[in-house]
Amino acid sequence: MTKQRKTGVSRRTFIAGGTALATGAIGAPAVVRAQPAAVKVGMIHPVTGFVAYNGQQSRLGGTMAIEDVNKAGGIKSMGGAKLEALLGDSQSKVEVGVSEVEKMNEQGVAAYIGCFQSPVGIAASQAAAKYGTPFLVDVGASDLLMSRGLKNVFRLKPGFGVCVDDGIASLAALNKAANGVAKTAVIVHESGEFGTGTAKLLAGKLPSIGIAAKELIAHDNPTRNFDNIALRIRSLAPDIVMMSNYGNEYMLLARTLYQQKVNVAGFFSILGGGFNYKFVKEMPDVSQYMMDVNHWYNPKSPQAQALKKRVEATGALFTFEVYLTYTNVMLLADALEHAGSADKEKLIAALAVSTFKAELMPYGPTKFVNGQNQGGRPATMQSLKGEIEVIAPEEFASAKAVFPKPKL
Amino acid sequence: MFDPAFLLAGVLNGLLAGGIYVLVAVGLTLIYGVLHIINFAHGSLLMLAMYAVFYLWRLIGIDPYAALPVVIAGAFGFGFVLYRLLIGRYNHGRDENILLITLGLSIVIDNVALLFFGGDTQTIDVPYAGTFVEIGAAFLPLPKIISFGASLVICAALGLYMAKSDMGKAIRAVAKERQGARLVGIDVENVFAVSYGIGIACLGAAACLLMPTYYVTPSSGHAFVLVAFTIVVLGGMGSFAGAAVGGFIIGITESLGGLFLGEQLGQIGISLIFILILLLKPTGLFGSRA
Repeated sequence: MTKQRKTGVSRRTFIAGGTALATGAIGAPAVVRAQPAAVKVGMIHPVTGFVAYNGQQSRLGGTMAIEDVNKAGGIKSMGGAKLEALLGDSQSKVEVGVSEVEKMNEQGVAAYIGCFQSPVGIAASQAAAKYGTPFLVDVGASDLLMSRGLKNVFRLKPGFGVCVDDGIASLAALNKAANGVAKTAVIVHESGEFGTGTAKLLAGKLPSIGIAAKELIAHDNPTRNFDNIALRIRSLAPDIVMMSNYGNEYMLLARTLYQQKVNVAGFFSILGGGFNYKFVKEMPDVSQYMMDVNHWYNPKSPQAQALKKRVEATGALFTFEVYLTYTNVMLLADALEHAGSADKEKLIAALAVSTFKAELMPYGPTKFVNGQNQGGRPATMQSLKGEIEVIAPEEFASAKAVFPKPKL
Repeated sequence: MFDPAFLLAGVLNGLLAGGIYVLVAVGLTLIYGVLHIINFAHGSLLMLAMYAVFYLWRLIGIDPYAALPVVIAGAFGFGFVLYRLLIGRYNHGRDENILLITLGLSIVIDNVALLFFGGDTQTIDVPYAGTFVEIGAAFLPLPKIISFGASLVICAALGLYMAKSDMGKAIRAVAKERQGARLVGIDVENVFAVSYGIGIACLGAAACLLMPTYYVTPSSGHAFVLVAFTIVVLGGMGSFAGAAVGGFIIGITESLGGLFLGEQLGQIGISLIFILILLLKPTGLFGSRA
């Protein structure tokens, strides 16, 4: 009798394998379905164009925050749903910013964060309002962003109105301590919504602290040459020069004022786009004694210091765009946690009553009134020996202000 | 404000700014004069040259003015090769194709620069940046005076080269009558490549002269191109002398306009000149009818 050798697949094995396959085929989608869907976060920033650097910095902060939220287990109330970044480039242009909103809406975005430039933010948030999608303004100074009655728009940071008010208060205190050395000012500003709006507010409020605005000088972006503005300032002989410009023009103007020996008691900017670590390190002579009222992180926050180290380890600078966008992603994650859903209406409702603690910022608890956070405040800084020192508010101050500055 | 001292200072500032405009415009007009195309990549190539100057300073410590020979030679080589390998090869003998190629090139260069250099503003802080010469109410920064002088010398040397050298004569011949030049044995394609190379070399020189007082970002070159176009139209398209004179006229107009009308309104002067020239003398100050 010869034993029959089993060479093929037995009936039993076939059935067992087939069952396993069938179970797998049917069971796998059940496993996929168990994963909560990712929450799509549209981040629209100008990563190309004339303010590309600022946009890239915002994107860096935003993507780092999303990474941190996901690493910490995602949105727990939504079963650990991850955040997914949809990255948009406004190209520093209003119409492109709006088209990014439309594109991301098609992709099922839950909320937007953007846009750095006020005009882009105004148009983009208006477009988002059509779909009732929450829009978080991470950077964007104009108060027009928040005064249109749009229920979907939220801003954690202060607008230029608050920055001007705080700046005026800081300047008044400095001037009082210097026996009222400053009686006149010239304001140099970029010609867009941000610079013009800030300059008008300043010109209106300076007389209340005994300083007259002699002239408001607007300039375009980009401006090739500030020699004439320096010459005009010298002819007007103000006591202080106030500035409100984007990064490149801020730096070029500061350098020209230094080269043209414009001798004033102080340079004081509101939301000076170029006042950052790079500027004070690379141009210590030019930046020395310049003052700026701007967004600043809480130097006493361990989280802020840790993030600063992480950002600097990548070779980037810890600029306000980084920590403001980072904080806005965290605000959104907190609102999603409370809403327990990415439903737009629920998310807007959660944002409206948010008490989010902005760990990185020197802000109090979040309280939105018509979308604007009431606890946001800027700091006043001064460049001293190649370092940025906080000179006001007093509880965060790291140095005493030098005003008036020594003559050149 | 109408103090003559400030008027003089405004004129001097305008002259110094005009020196740089001249170099950018000379490159543009040379390329137009010979190749009969507007080089849309002009601003992007200026930006690349500015980055070259920046990195020579940052990595090797070469002063922007000392970098002039290296950057001019490098820019010439880059322009020459660019023409030979890309523009000359793929234009298929049609001028409008060159327009499209240079436009495409501009987009590619801008975005590649953004990828590699980032959007951050880069500056060179030379030790003599704060040194200035005082003439009346004018405080003229030393780097701008050096740039102005160097620009004049470079333009004069280029003018001499165009007038006296065999290649200069060949370039002028091709600019005047392309077919005739080919008939007398001039290698027209080579002249095109050399002309394009010289045009880009002018940008290399402008980059060295700009960097001690300006900054570079991937979009910074374009700020100078619009004004260079105006200068070329004012001086006469393809006119070397026209670009030189036009550069100074525009520099002074911009300066005085900015001084008396404000920086924004002052730019109207440039646009006004552009419109007036097109209406009254479309061939420009030194241009001739085709």
